[in-house]
Amino acid sequence: MTTSALRDLVTRHPEQADEEPFLEVVDLRVHFPTDDGLVKSVDGLSFALDRGRTLGIVGESGSGKSVTSLAIMGLHTRPTSEQTRPGAQLSGEIYLEGEDLLAKSPEYVRSLRGKRMAMIFQDPLSAMNPYYTVGRQIIEAYQIHNPVTKKVARKHAIDMLGRVGIPEPSRRVDAYPHQFSGGMRQRAMIAMALSCDPDLLIADEPTTALDVTVQAQILDLIRDLQSEFNSAVVLITHDLGVVAELADDVLVMYAGRAMEYGSADQLFNRPAHPYTWGLLGSMPRFDRARSERLLAITGTPPSLINVPPGCPFHPRCSYAARNNGRSEEVRPELAPVEPGHTVACHLTQIERDEIWEHEIAPKL
Amino acid sequence: MSAPAQQPAAAHAEQDSNLVIVEDLIKHFPIRAGILRRQVGAVQAVDGVNFAVKRGETFSIVGESGCGKSTTARLLTRLLEPTGGKITFEGRDISHLKDSQLRPLRRDMQMIFQDPYSSLNPRHTVGKIVGAPFRLQGVNPPGGVKKAVQELLAAVGLNPEHYNRYPHEFSGGQRQRIGIARTLALRPRLIIADEPVSALDVSIQAQIINLLEDLQEEFDLTYVIIAHDLSVVRYVSDRVAVMYLGKIVELADREPLYTTPMHPYTVALMSAVPVPDTRRRQERERILLSGDVPSPISPPPACRFHTRCWKAQEICRTQEPPLVELLPRHRVACHFPENYSPGAEDLR
Repeated sequence: MTTSALRDLVTRHPEQADEEPFLEVVDLRVHFPTDDGLVKSVDGLSFALDRGRTLGIVGESGSGKSVTSLAIMGLHTRPTSEQTRPGAQLSGEIYLEGEDLLAKSPEYVRSLRGKRMAMIFQDPLSAMNPYYTVGRQIIEAYQIHNPVTKKVARKHAIDMLGRVGIPEPSRRVDAYPHQFSGGMRQRAMIAMALSCDPDLLIADEPTTALDVTVQAQILDLIRDLQSEFNSAVVLITHDLGVVAELADDVLVMYAGRAMEYGSADQLFNRPAHPYTWGLLGSMPRFDRARSERLLAITGTPPSLINVPPGCPFHPRCSYAARNNGRSEEVRPELAPVEPGHTVACHLTQIERDEIWEHEIAPKL
Repeated sequence: MSAPAQQPAAAHAEQDSNLVIVEDLIKHFPIRAGILRRQVGAVQAVDGVNFAVKRGETFSIVGESGCGKSTTARLLTRLLEPTGGKITFEGRDISHLKDSQLRPLRRDMQMIFQDPYSSLNPRHTVGKIVGAPFRLQGVNPPGGVKKAVQELLAAVGLNPEHYNRYPHEFSGGQRQRIGIARTLALRPRLIIADEPVSALDVSIQAQIINLLEDLQEEFDLTYVIIAHDLSVVRYVSDRVAVMYLGKIVELADREPLYTTPMHPYTVALMSAVPVPDTRRRQERERILLSGDVPSPISPPPACRFHTRCWKAQEICRTQEPPLVELLPRHRVACHFPENYSPGAEDLR
């Protein structure tokens, strides 16, 4: 498929369709050569994101969601001649305001990190340097992108720590990461990521390690800061509750590929892919009395070295038999089911609607 | 143990339906400092907890990190010795039994751990891991250990031919099944599961939850489940206890607890759970608790939640609210409970 055809498939919002999207990923592939074979972590992924909007990327471990975010940030080791160990093999295009990041030098991409794009990691303890105070780490990042004196930068750091809800920021700015509790550390890292008002914020499982009450505080914080700076946010998580809470659009990934892509409303109220049905059915519901039994997905996710041919989900799919073997042979591409909603599945629209209405929706 | 004999028949029946009774359970971990390693304080992990677990039910303990739920689980299985209070299992006081006295007890009481990667010995085959309880307890199952192990593997949904494989050949969900097969080996009456599914992916989580339910029926098990995921707890439990800083703040049947929580902490906890429903995004009212959980080394006096509670009054700082049964089968420790007006018992 040509790049332009792929571009047409990328979901866009009607009101912004003629403008260039802020972030656009086209046919991204990230492969890692290993002794056991080639690990295809991301294999042909496309999506787009505008400013002020949040894209939720959902998937289980090994679905390629974090690898995608690291590719956008330019954090994969690229293969070079003097390396003994081969790095990641990347192909495709990642456009940030029309600029293809994959075609740029690592030095150039590094200069973008901090101000143009920033990332919140899952584990704040390993994302911070334990030898330096929290304040010093924020000041350093701020001074790289802004020609200000240390005094001004320090004032900005204190200001940021206060904004993310850390009590007594003028005292805490001189504390070391280990002196913070888990929730405070996460907030400090968010302060660091946001210190230069990034245009693109990638949050990789930002609340997975946190308790629910702290999670609620952090999600609120991301929402507030996004509306203030009109940033584009990529939210990577396995928790569908967090996605429903925060995301405008949702991309469901499985074995390095997009299974379904659409608005949060479409994904939660009219999901079209059997894997999405499985995810929704696997989840015990907090907000209603229990149903008979969870609709678990059978089997386990595939190895990324030996991804099943055809539809990667077919060995676990209850409906694969309906396609006369097409699921095992032909790889389904994302195709529209309604405006702004695409799905990669061989089921026909009629079959899909019938299964959803009679077999899935009543049991959720 | 002559006291129960003197009690009236009704109380006796009540006692019989309880598999485990926990009274005023306390566990303080000493903090030592200086050259002499003198005790300078204590982490008050569990501080006066009372509950009873009925035969055949699923009793869950929920709470955030540091609330003492895992310590409670370890006290129940006597992996830890309580500092104070009493644990009765099948009418027998097990609070201070010695290791040698505990061993026979472990046949009736088993534990499922959170991490399927660190709870299995990587150098042992699946057959050896699942068969270990038989060897340790000197039990000879009819038909031999190998046959018994293969039956157990089949019961938890694994292929009996996997007998000679090693843990690294299995995925996280399969490893959790191996761990569950091991706990079932000696046909225990009570299984204590500490975060049994939190390390697993969503689709695998559902498989294990369904498996635990099937096994409960098949093997007539009583579960105590320790979890932080309120959605999972609502799905699996019959009764739920909510812990905060070493104390139970609310204990009730599942549905009343989720539909009409009474302790402000429970209310805040429930309101913070993200719900996978985009239509409800706007409707929900969220109570944001400020700050972090205070340190269990010096917990706030009186009501431990008063430092973060929006309803706190003077009495909350001076007088500790007891855990009382405000509604039938619904116990709360709060001076100003939510969803409650005196006389409302009739409405239930």
